Amino acid sequence: MLRDMISFRFVLLVALGLALVSCDKPVDSGAEVATLHRGLSVEPESVDPHKSRSVQAAEVLRDIGEGLLSYSAAGELVGGVANEWTVAENGLTYTFYLRDDARWSNGDAVTAEDFAFSFRRLVDPGTAAFYAQMLSSIVNVRAIVAGEKPPQDLGVNAVDERTLVITLDQPTPYLLSLLTHPSTFPVHRGSITQHGKSFARPGNLISNGAYKLDAWQPGSVLMLSRNEHYWNNDETAIDAVNHHVLTQEMTELNRYRAGEIHITGSVPPDSFKQLRSERPAELHIAPYLAVYYYGFNLTKAPFKDNRQLRAALSMAIDRDVLVEQITGRGEAPAYSWVPPGVDNYEPRRLAYADKSQDERNAHARRLMHEAGYGPDNPLQIELRYNTSDTQQRMALAIQAMWKDALGVQTTLINEEFQVLLANMQAREITQVFRSSWTGDYNDAHTFLSIMESGNPANLPGYASAEYDSLMQRAAGQVDLDRRRLWLEEAERVLLADHAVIPLYFYVSKHLVSPDVVGWGDNVLDYHYSQHLSLVPAGATP
Amino acid sequence: MLRYALLRLLGAIPTLLLVIVLAFLMVHAAPGGPFDDERMLSPDIEANIARAYHLDEPLPAQFVRYLSGVLKGDLGPSYRYRDHTVSELIANAFPLSLKLGAMAMLLALLIGIAAGSFAALRRNSAVDRLTMAFSMTGISVPVFVIAPLLVLLFAVKLHWLPAGWSGNEGIARFVLPVISLALPQIAYIAKLTRASMIDVLSSNFVRTARGQGLGAYAVIRYHALKPAMLPILSYMGPAIAAILTGSVVVEEVFGIPGLGQFFVRGALNRDYTLVLGIVIFYATLIVLLNLVVDILYGVIDPRIRQR
Amino acid sequence: MSTRTRFWASLRRSRTAAVSGGALAAIALIAIIGPLISPHDYLQTDFGKILNAPAIADMQIFGTDDLGRDLFVRTMRGAQITILVAVVASFVSLFIGVLYGMVAGFVGGRVDAVMMRLVDTLYALPFIFFVILLMVVFERSLLLIFIAIGAVNWLDMARIVRGQTLSLREREFVQAARLTGVSPLRIIFRHIAPNLLGVVIVYVTLTIPQAILLESFLSFLGLGIQEPQTSLGALVDAGVNQMESASWMLLIPAALLALILMCFNFLGDALRDVFDSRRFR
Repeated sequence: MLRDMISFRFVLLVALGLALVSCDKPVDSGAEVATLHRGLSVEPESVDPHKSRSVQAAEVLRDIGEGLLSYSAAGELVGGVANEWTVAENGLTYTFYLRDDARWSNGDAVTAEDFAFSFRRLVDPGTAAFYAQMLSSIVNVRAIVAGEKPPQDLGVNAVDERTLVITLDQPTPYLLSLLTHPSTFPVHRGSITQHGKSFARPGNLISNGAYKLDAWQPGSVLMLSRNEHYWNNDETAIDAVNHHVLTQEMTELNRYRAGEIHITGSVPPDSFKQLRSERPAELHIAPYLAVYYYGFNLTKAPFKDNRQLRAALSMAIDRDVLVEQITGRGEAPAYSWVPPGVDNYEPRRLAYADKSQDERNAHARRLMHEAGYGPDNPLQIELRYNTSDTQQRMALAIQAMWKDALGVQTTLINEEFQVLLANMQAREITQVFRSSWTGDYNDAHTFLSIMESGNPANLPGYASAEYDSLMQRAAGQVDLDRRRLWLEEAERVLLADHAVIPLYFYVSKHLVSPDVVGWGDNVLDYHYSQHLSLVPAGATP
Repeated sequence: MLRYALLRLLGAIPTLLLVIVLAFLMVHAAPGGPFDDERMLSPDIEANIARAYHLDEPLPAQFVRYLSGVLKGDLGPSYRYRDHTVSELIANAFPLSLKLGAMAMLLALLIGIAAGSFAALRRNSAVDRLTMAFSMTGISVPVFVIAPLLVLLFAVKLHWLPAGWSGNEGIARFVLPVISLALPQIAYIAKLTRASMIDVLSSNFVRTARGQGLGAYAVIRYHALKPAMLPILSYMGPAIAAILTGSVVVEEVFGIPGLGQFFVRGALNRDYTLVLGIVIFYATLIVLLNLVVDILYGVIDPRIRQR
Repeated sequence: MSTRTRFWASLRRSRTAAVSGGALAAIALIAIIGPLISPHDYLQTDFGKILNAPAIADMQIFGTDDLGRDLFVRTMRGAQITILVAVVASFVSLFIGVLYGMVAGFVGGRVDAVMMRLVDTLYALPFIFFVILLMVVFERSLLLIFIAIGAVNWLDMARIVRGQTLSLREREFVQAARLTGVSPLRIIFRHIAPNLLGVVIVYVTLTIPQAILLESFLSFLGLGIQEPQTSLGALVDAGVNQMESASWMLLIPAALLALILMCFNFLGDALRDVFDSRRFR
């Protein structure tokens, strides 16, 4: 017994010693280095451009890599690795001329063959890239991804060290903005040959962007530092960037307020009002290319072939209340499918958008009645959404609205995200479900294409021959104005069919410290660290 | 002696196996897969992904493949953190959770025992009641309420301590998480100590010592403390479990990349390999610890060996 | 049995037991009656009345939450659910634990050794992980929460009950019963079980706070009670988000939660004092 006591205390002492002594690997901050601290709300799954898919991974990738094209600080499409390009008359051939001074982080020149190799790797079934069909209009992409043809058959060709030719099988006016997407960034061939699977590890990773990856502490932080060989390195003001993984919005806010983070990835909805009155200049809210919607399961009753019912439910929702009371961060109510701010496009609006809520409710009641529902036969439906405070509040609000205006009895079912997704895709038990869609590039096509029949993201199961044919027409159009007309008409058809209920358009929300200079709000929410600078310590901002 | 140890070790293997099978089935039974996302994929891409990660094989085949990997010490790649293997993630995260837990446990023991002894000495006085009141609060208020309150006060309002984890150095960033984690245990240990100490203090040999003129503190230190520690010792098991549970919350609130946080993320993300890896890791650790303790007991008390 | 009467008598004399027992009864009463007398419904949202501070007007003495729902009614509702979950979950673990412990203790020998080894190993496993996995795998429902929490807590009970059964087995009246050929089943139910009552009651009052904390922890992770149902844990979790702008959303449910836990703890302590002094061990 006594021995137990002694050994117990001894163990305690040893533990204490260990704990204190082996305290920390100190974070190497170096001397007088201007370091930008940014918050990420989700940890990137990978820094291999072909193995990542999340918006947050893209943020980091945009700092360490660069594609053929890029965006300027003002949000305009500019040359990235390519500084010139030409397009053939028929819109099917693009020729890119790469910069002479484009370099990898180890000094190697970035060549056209690097891009060709990378595109082939992107579509190679063995790579299993999520965005393999990003460049789907390039010749043979679909066949290669399906495994029917080898990657060599891809319609890209490195004519010489500095010239890359891309051949398409359909005119794709938005190809240039696609080429800013991280999945199209080049990967360093030598590294892959040398390191194989672990080529994307810090220390092994060779990238061609303004920064390089120094360290990655999983769950904690990704540390980047200046890439001296970057062609535009002289314009890069900030020496080092730390992307902190902060999944809890409140935690991130606390760190911002404690002065540890310069830019937050998000803003907690519950603190919004307070922040708007306390720090109005730091709060950056801007329209974002994403729509929040409720979808109908169009393959089963009661919503199958029942446009009136769908219209009624859509009308009875007071979107103003939703954006003011529920989300309350400056979101815009959505009466279209495509968000505002998209290049070369004017979204269509729902027919009832300009009516007052009372008029809408009256009209909705009539429609319900025509559809056969009323006080003695109330509509009973299920609404599914994924577990989250905001979704819940939204669902509760809409449940109340439907009840008050139309007497609808809605059962709320909250499911974990993965479960909900599986259910939505199966289309067996879902009736009304919550979802959202974020645009990948600045063109209406990214929103409209998902409603084509057969598109995997078409959760409602919308299958309209008219819609499909309009989209086809648009795809074949080289003339931008004519194309726009087809797309806008397609949206009108989609809205008239009430396949979905668009509720609001997202906003990008960040807190940006007054020490940060050069932040520009844009609809894609791209903020390259290389365009930013920090006010020197001690100087008045 | 060796035979005893080996027998125990062999006995542990079926348990571990059971744990692995159970966890494997549970994780795979969960609806949804590791690659689901709002951005739905085309069937071709899904097929490619399934093939690359062997998810298209029948479940038993996947299990065999996984198990043979484990036996070689390879816990597989993480499905979610695609640039890292599970072993790496655990190797990164565990020392942190361990440190946090150890510090919290130590703090809890030091303060709890001291407070409880003090209260026992000054039984029924104001100090005693205060200590016990504090004790009760510590046990009754959940960690996820305390932690954010502490952050709000000390980090955001007073700027005395860092609000978060990443990018900060030194011992300062341990303070708030360790305190949040330790508080409920301090409270409980203080309570236990007080009760146990009161018992011991009223026993004969202590009264004898006091009668001989030994001061109060000396009595505690040399006579009362050791016997009074018995209930605390047996509480160690549940205490460690409680700290483990609490650490998940604390890691969430402070953004600490510990094992608890990775587990919850893994479960929600359906990161099969990560979840399984962590479960196996902990189970093995604890089984081994139990084994070591058993052996120690066997060494100390030979009678047990004969059982 | 006279021992039982003595037990209850000394319990009644304990002041802490009386106070905490009384407090719990009062809370339960208010929790049931409160929602019935308030004009508000715990489901009814009202966007005109978001985040109102507590006021006497309109019987909204606890204020409203971020959707305009009356907090008094919701807190009472939450208290109902919390207590319900805790009690039922504890009884689940009680049931499993007592059964297991009785069998192990009564049969003894190899069976007992194996059963207890299983308990020992399970005891050490990180149960929190399995609970999380359970909640993630199966569709979340009140029933699942009962089972999950109950399944985690039964080990302590099993150990204690087994210990008690072992010592009871050696007592004269049990020996006598066995010698006279009474069937084991009857022995268990007529002789052993009633004597376990004391231990069991004490430990139930200790497992209930654990169950409450576990449930509120699950709610914090988003894995607990689903809307529109709520529990004190879920209310506290929602309140943490509003900590700065609407502190009553946090303080009131948290205070109630702490109060309930304290009462159970005090009650358990008092019971244990009484129990120990009887030298039942």
